[in-house]
Amino acid sequence: MLDAIIVMSGLALFLGGVLGYASIRFHVQGNALVEKIDAILPQTQCAQCGFPGCRPYAEAIAEGRADINQCPPGGEANIHKLADLLGVEFKPLNAEHGEPKPKSVAYIDENTCIGCTLCLQACPVDAISGAPKQMHTIIAQECTGCELCIPPCPVDCIVMVPVESSIANWKWKPPMKEVA
Amino acid sequence: MRQLYHFNGGVHPPQHKDQSTIDPIRIPPLPEKLIIPLHQHIGSSAKALVQPGERVLKGQMIGQPEGHVSSAIHAPTSGKILSVGMEPVPHPSGLDALCVILEPDGLEEWIERVPLDPEMDPGTMRTKLKDAGVVGLGGAVFPSFIKLNPGSKNKVRTLILNGAECEPYITCDDLLMRERAFEIAEGAKLMQRLLGAEEVVLGIEDNKPLAIEAMKSAGGMEVVAVPTVYPGGGAKQLIKVLTGVEVPAGERSTDLGVQCFNVATAASVYRAIRLGEPVLSRIVTITGNVAQPGNYEALIGTPVDHLIRQAGALPGSSGAIMGGPMMGIDLPSTHVPVVKAMNCVIVKSEALFPKALDPMPCIRCARCAESCPAELQPQELYWFAKAKNFGKAQEYALFDCIECGCCSYVCPSHIPLVQYYRYAKSEIWAQEREKKASDLARLRHEFRVERMERDKREKAERLAQKSAQAKEL
Repeated sequence: MLDAIIVMSGLALFLGGVLGYASIRFHVQGNALVEKIDAILPQTQCAQCGFPGCRPYAEAIAEGRADINQCPPGGEANIHKLADLLGVEFKPLNAEHGEPKPKSVAYIDENTCIGCTLCLQACPVDAISGAPKQMHTIIAQECTGCELCIPPCPVDCIVMVPVESSIANWKWKPPMKEVA
Repeated sequence: MRQLYHFNGGVHPPQHKDQSTIDPIRIPPLPEKLIIPLHQHIGSSAKALVQPGERVLKGQMIGQPEGHVSSAIHAPTSGKILSVGMEPVPHPSGLDALCVILEPDGLEEWIERVPLDPEMDPGTMRTKLKDAGVVGLGGAVFPSFIKLNPGSKNKVRTLILNGAECEPYITCDDLLMRERAFEIAEGAKLMQRLLGAEEVVLGIEDNKPLAIEAMKSAGGMEVVAVPTVYPGGGAKQLIKVLTGVEVPAGERSTDLGVQCFNVATAASVYRAIRLGEPVLSRIVTITGNVAQPGNYEALIGTPVDHLIRQAGALPGSSGAIMGGPMMGIDLPSTHVPVVKAMNCVIVKSEALFPKALDPMPCIRCARCAESCPAELQPQELYWFAKAKNFGKAQEYALFDCIECGCCSYVCPSHIPLVQYYRYAKSEIWAQEREKKASDLARLRHEFRVERMERDKREKAERLAQKSAQAKEL
């Protein structure tokens, strides 16, 4: 009887030690699920989902506060990926949050711009260069096409220009005739 | 006698080479205008140096290399620049690219050509090759000066010249070797010196006895007749046949002490260094549905339809292929210019290229795997590509596929396998581009959030300090 108690409690202490060591040694910084969701989201930072950026939306999904179908720029492809990751059913994009659009970048009409800096403050990725009373311009390579700069502009000089297909971003089509 | 090795698979398609080797290399008349794309090589596009209305001399640089992996573009003849703008180019997309339009004045007035010292410092010579626009003329158009830099840790033992020219219809390297063996041999010497290679081996398929003869009498290298098997002219395949070295996935042959160049590249190295002439022209085979198939020494930028007219266009033509029938791409039109990558144009007709049969389901016969020179599993790649399971396709070494077309050629179900692989590759590249862009956006957004918080904090601290000072007073 005593032997059994000693053996069992000894074993319990040893395994408890192993588990305690492992939880410190293999500790994961931050919430791993949020990281994984954030990696799928398109990082447009457009806030169409109702959260101020992609990371807050990822946190909301992880905590069950938001659904997976609120991201128009990610489209259906991203909803599929999120459904796979979270082990939930796919659902079509929630139209309340907007429709997917072709990839565009903002363009400032430099003749109309008055240099008010309001768009600079709205841009979530600092993709607009400019200063007070100086003309502003979009750094096209860094623009995510979120459209957040459009509403604050007092002179409506910002328009969205779809990204043109060029030889650099052209893709081969899958063969026309599908095998039966 | 060198021991030869074998690579896996390969096929024996009909050759169709005899009709374009009857005549020597022909020189076509000057076209009315030349359309010279600024991006004819792997790497970043050259930057235009000319303005519309400007007069340029033959050999003058009109596109400056930008960045390390880039190459220069030159005016192929003297004349006036008409415009710099978007024009159709030979690309499967049919999209336009930035081109310089040159109207030749027929004077052929050269810039001052300065032959360089063949014993000059290797670093300077590589820069000269970059400025002379020397790129791999076998089809990959990779800037040669980079491949000619062995680096400090690698030792290149063997320089392989590729004169195999394995694809049906194409004969431009055959004719070049027959007629200009001296240029190739001299270029090979310069390349051997740049690489510090111990030996130079030229591989030619044994269906080109005249080229083998000519190159043997030029001397300076070991000329080896290799068996005629498609794709024996693939760089990795030729290296395997000549040296027995198999280049592992993701590695370069340089790391294994072997470097491989096309024979036409060697000839352009010779011209660039010993004559001071940049790459202004290349040999193009015009064949298929034309009256007199043959090889033309065409200026870069010559419209393809100009060359087809010289060879005698025949009725019943249905488009054209750039390259060979196995790997070539359909040209969007024949109004596109000759570029450095263009070795051959085949004018199609219903008789020569009957309509592709409708594909049928895969019967898992694995003939594609038997024929694959890269030793891949084409049937697996096909299923993954079709299911858009690109990650899995990558795991099955999709990027080791050289798109030679052997699998599609032997497929009894006529499945356009290579099209699926090209599709999968370009989807993966697009995903990688998107991933890069979204990573950048995430980084910039995080930095912005951090900066705004810091500003807020600093402001609060300043306020606190001020109110403390006010209290003290």
